[in-house]
Amino acid sequence: MFARTAWLVLRKDLTVEVRSLEIAYTTLFFAVACVLVFAFALVKEGKAPEDGAAGILWIAIAFAGTLALGRTFERERQSETLRALLMAPADRPAIYVGKLLGIVALLCGTEIVLVPLVAFLFQAPLFRHPFWLAVVLVCGTVGFATVGTLFSAMLVRARSRDVLLPVLLYPITVPVIIAGVRATATLLEPDAELALVRFWVALLLALDVVFLTLALWTFEPLMTD
Amino acid sequence: MPKWFMPFAALTAVMFTASPLLIANADYESTMGLVQKVFYYYLPAAWVFLISAIVCGVASARFLVSGSPRQDRLAYAAAELTVLFGAIVLVTGPLWARKAWGVWWQWDVRLTSSLMGWMVAWAYLLVRKYGGPGSDKLAAGLALFGAANVPFIYISVNYWRTIHPATSVVPTLPVDMGTALWFCVACFILLFVLLLRLRVHLEEQRTKLDALFLSLDE
Repeated sequence: MFARTAWLVLRKDLTVEVRSLEIAYTTLFFAVACVLVFAFALVKEGKAPEDGAAGILWIAIAFAGTLALGRTFERERQSETLRALLMAPADRPAIYVGKLLGIVALLCGTEIVLVPLVAFLFQAPLFRHPFWLAVVLVCGTVGFATVGTLFSAMLVRARSRDVLLPVLLYPITVPVIIAGVRATATLLEPDAELALVRFWVALLLALDVVFLTLALWTFEPLMTD
Repeated sequence: MPKWFMPFAALTAVMFTASPLLIANADYESTMGLVQKVFYYYLPAAWVFLISAIVCGVASARFLVSGSPRQDRLAYAAAELTVLFGAIVLVTGPLWARKAWGVWWQWDVRLTSSLMGWMVAWAYLLVRKYGGPGSDKLAAGLALFGAANVPFIYISVNYWRTIHPATSVVPTLPVDMGTALWFCVACFILLFVLLLRLRVHLEEQRTKLDALFLSLDE
């Protein structure tokens, strides 16, 4: 039942998105614009600073993720569809998981475009360890989206939700960003220490578990009027 | 206000007035000289900063579980004091660091986690102020996540730093745990309790006033 509800919410979100592609296009364009701004700011004489690519990749993901989160729930706010969703006789945590999976899918899609772009613009050897890079990106995205989905769902009723989302999200996701950037930077080094990458991935996984547990536990009381 | 409030307030005022005398008479630290005196306010402020952050986190968790408005008022008051004492720490800390380490700021574990904790407290207040209806729960959720985050910030910053060691090795600071220090700790803890009580009281009055307005409308 839980999995079915989550799947239905996910399918609904994906169907709406596929029909308009509004969030996918705007998020992607924003992320690319972000990378370009950083390229202009940081690349000197054709060379990016050390570890620059890893940082820029994660900044682009965090910024674009904030935009996508805000937009996804703004859509639910119009015609009060979120309220309808919450009134449905379904597990609240299942609704949360469905929303979360939608956001993660969207962000992973953005990353598929972002990674080659960063590799191309900053001459970063991002594809040296494709498996580990994918693991780091997925774990980091899940951690970021877990907090993001909960906060943006709570902020739907708040007045200044557009500004409050980044205000809440960034201080809380600092460990995710540190771990993600450091793991990616380690992967970019000529002889990457995979043990170190494994440590960061373990930290990210632990964060994912803690955030997800807390979010599932607090989603119900937080979304009740 | 409770009966103990005024006598304690008077005592705190007297103690704070006396503290500069004690600090001035304490031993000079040889390498840092006068700047070291900042320490007598810095360390107590840092401790109170930590205490009030813990109070805010615990009260928020209890508010989420029980929905008791008392816990909510306590969390709100503690969050404000976290911002206040955090500001004292983050201003006096760099003054001290400049003399001890030669730089204003280091991305050291404690500094970074203090800064993040301070930012979460700010975010809490911003949500309370601009969040509109329902922001009390939202803020409590934020405080809960902030509290759960502390060990992770600590671990991640620690590893980030140890992998890229700082250029200047942080010297172990000589800590003179004199009378002056403990006196100042007592001052700050008293001040914290008084301010917390006062802030909770203000929030209680506000709730009462709101209730009166509502009953007038009916």
